[in-house]
Amino acid sequence: MKYFHLVWAGLFRKKVRTVLTLLSVVVAFLLFGLLQSVNEAFSAGAEQARADRLITNSRYSIIEMLPISYLPQIESVPGVKEVSFASWFGGSYQDRPVQFAVFPVEPERYLSTAPEIELPPAQLERWRETRDGAVVGRSLAERNGWEIGERVTLVADIWPQRGGNNDWNFEIVGIFSSPESEQNEGAFLFQWEYFDEARQFGRGTVGWFIIQVEDPDLAENVAQTVDALFANSTNETKTQTEKAFAQGFARQFGDVGLIVTSILGAVFFTILVLTGNTMAQAVRERIPELAILKTLGFSDRAVLGLVVAEALALILLGGLVGLALAAGALGALSAALAGFGVQGISTSVVLTGVVLMIALGLIVGLPPAVRAMRLKVVDALGGHQ
Amino acid sequence: MNALKQVAAVSLMNLRSVPQRWSTSLVIVVGIAGVVGVLTAILAMGEGFRATLGAAGKEDQAIVLRSGATSELTSGLGRESVDLIARSAGVARGGDGQPIASAEILVIADLPKRGTGTLANAPIRGVQPGAFELRPEVEIVAGRNFEPGPRELIVGRGAASQFEGVEVGARLAFRDADWTVVGIFSAGGGAHESELWGDAETVMSAYRRGGFQSVTVQLEDAAAFEAFQAALADDPRLNVEAQTLRAYYAAQSRQMSMLINVLGYAIGYIMAIGALFGALNTMYAAVSTRAREIATLRALGFGGGAIVASVLLEALLLAVIGGVLGGSLAWLLFNGYTVSTLGANFSQVAFDFRVTGELLLQGIAWALVIGFLGGLLPAWRAARQPVTTALRAL
Repeated sequence: MKYFHLVWAGLFRKKVRTVLTLLSVVVAFLLFGLLQSVNEAFSAGAEQARADRLITNSRYSIIEMLPISYLPQIESVPGVKEVSFASWFGGSYQDRPVQFAVFPVEPERYLSTAPEIELPPAQLERWRETRDGAVVGRSLAERNGWEIGERVTLVADIWPQRGGNNDWNFEIVGIFSSPESEQNEGAFLFQWEYFDEARQFGRGTVGWFIIQVEDPDLAENVAQTVDALFANSTNETKTQTEKAFAQGFARQFGDVGLIVTSILGAVFFTILVLTGNTMAQAVRERIPELAILKTLGFSDRAVLGLVVAEALALILLGGLVGLALAAGALGALSAALAGFGVQGISTSVVLTGVVLMIALGLIVGLPPAVRAMRLKVVDALGGHQ
Repeated sequence: MNALKQVAAVSLMNLRSVPQRWSTSLVIVVGIAGVVGVLTAILAMGEGFRATLGAAGKEDQAIVLRSGATSELTSGLGRESVDLIARSAGVARGGDGQPIASAEILVIADLPKRGTGTLANAPIRGVQPGAFELRPEVEIVAGRNFEPGPRELIVGRGAASQFEGVEVGARLAFRDADWTVVGIFSAGGGAHESELWGDAETVMSAYRRGGFQSVTVQLEDAAAFEAFQAALADDPRLNVEAQTLRAYYAAQSRQMSMLINVLGYAIGYIMAIGALFGALNTMYAAVSTRAREIATLRALGFGGGAIVASVLLEALLLAVIGGVLGGSLAWLLFNGYTVSTLGANFSQVAFDFRVTGELLLQGIAWALVIGFLGGLLPAWRAARQPVTTALRAL
């Protein structure tokens, strides 16, 4: 660190060039921060999913419904701790398709299989008593400015009410939080009883069952037993861990990861060429200077270190500014991006970024540094290099 | 005339020296190739998606869904409604005097995707005979058409390439029985190529459904849509909404197209800014290494304008090389590359990347803008440097 001023001086020897290089590094890491955060949001569902929770849906496809009468049978399978159910409601809110999950559920039952959701007991009590009561996640409530006591109308697309009315009215009676993951706070839950009585068709069916097992090791067994129960019935089931379910679903969107990786690859290759060129040029111009350093008694290794440090400083400086910009941009766009589950920059993105910066710095800095190290003082001062 | 000669002379001299400075010049080329390549590839994806859904959208055909439903999957229509709709005003009649219409059911089967083997939603459409009259672009390219009664399916080209083991003669197991694939069809590149088709009644009985989801009708002409819509609205027995197929497919693709465009341009702009810095850097370097040369030229009487023009010309040339390179790479790697994603009907839509000539030209235009901006400042600087200082430099 005692040579910091030397590194710094070397870096800003040609201000315009360094600033321009710095800016392209900033741009590269700005893109990295943005794209990687989007990528992470897409796979987040699978990462947060639990291994001790199973999802049972129709074997034929996830749009087929299952009879609610399966519930007691699933409950009686050994190893099953709690069972709840939910359905896809969809619909639209204020003329736009809902950007959040809307599920009709049975309040206590659902919360028992979703311990990550925290709802104050008084609000749960109120929800149970209110036929058209709904509870919403904190971030969803904030996004829409909803408060307890407010009335909200969702327009059905799949589920009209008896008589053909598409408007479903709800009273918001609770706001839950989910400290583990803000993504869970984007849900809108309402009473299954209200849903089942009022809907035009499909009475007595649910979209899927959620099974909490006593022990994650039992998950495989329980899944097989449940599916065996309903094999050869009119509604065969497919039971898998929540994780497998979420992964399968994410994959259906197409390979977001592949696209993001290709783009980042192109970006970083460009940056590599650019900064590599700048570093090589900087060293070439400073050959007499470096020779003087060596004459003064700097060891070969110290000269190597100085040049590598310069490259690292350049990329770390640009990279950190880029990541900071990405964090700012994601913050500013958070409302628009919340529908996609993007919630700002995460520690893991920052850490991956820093590792990448160090790797880039070494790749770019080492070749000219080795060249500087091997300089023969006499040749360099004589101008023969 | 003299000025032009000067520009030509200086530019030629510059360009001849580019090979000696190839490593710095390469930065512009690579930087711009990266921007143009990425931008072209992303927009080609959007282009392909739009083309696929657009091919199915006709102005003189209409689709009727239950009121409130946003896609076929969320819709439902009873048998009585279906008859009323087909016989409404505005619907064209075929040679036999019957209205040209097809009541359809769209369900989903889990089929393994090729390559990964993970289950994905395959759309299965049960159609009535009118479907083929409505969609003359549907053509059996292998095997034969399905027959009503036995569990037979014909498979769209896109679906056949996306799902595993889907070929003529294959048996697909879903919904308590085996279905035989008896043919493969093409549909002019449209969205139907992602689907599997069977007879509506057969599909309905297999899925134990009592009703249809949509009715597609041929209108007498595009102008008849209003009369058709009014007739449906006036009938108290119906609770449905009609839209032209064009409007329907446009709505289905809107969100995805928007996402791709926003993503494409946002990334494109950010990368372009990065490439701009690269171009500036390179041109500054090019100018500074030739500072003495430029000063000498000026001392000999070459004008500042000629210097500016020649530096700009060099930057533009390198930019065009980069743009062509990036566009070609995108074309080579991605043109015709098939991907699939979850469409509005909650089922897989297969589509090809389409690197069109328009996109390639757009890429070159981006390259030129970056080259121009990247060359302008350094050129300006070169022309303005006092001759004496520059001659003494170094």
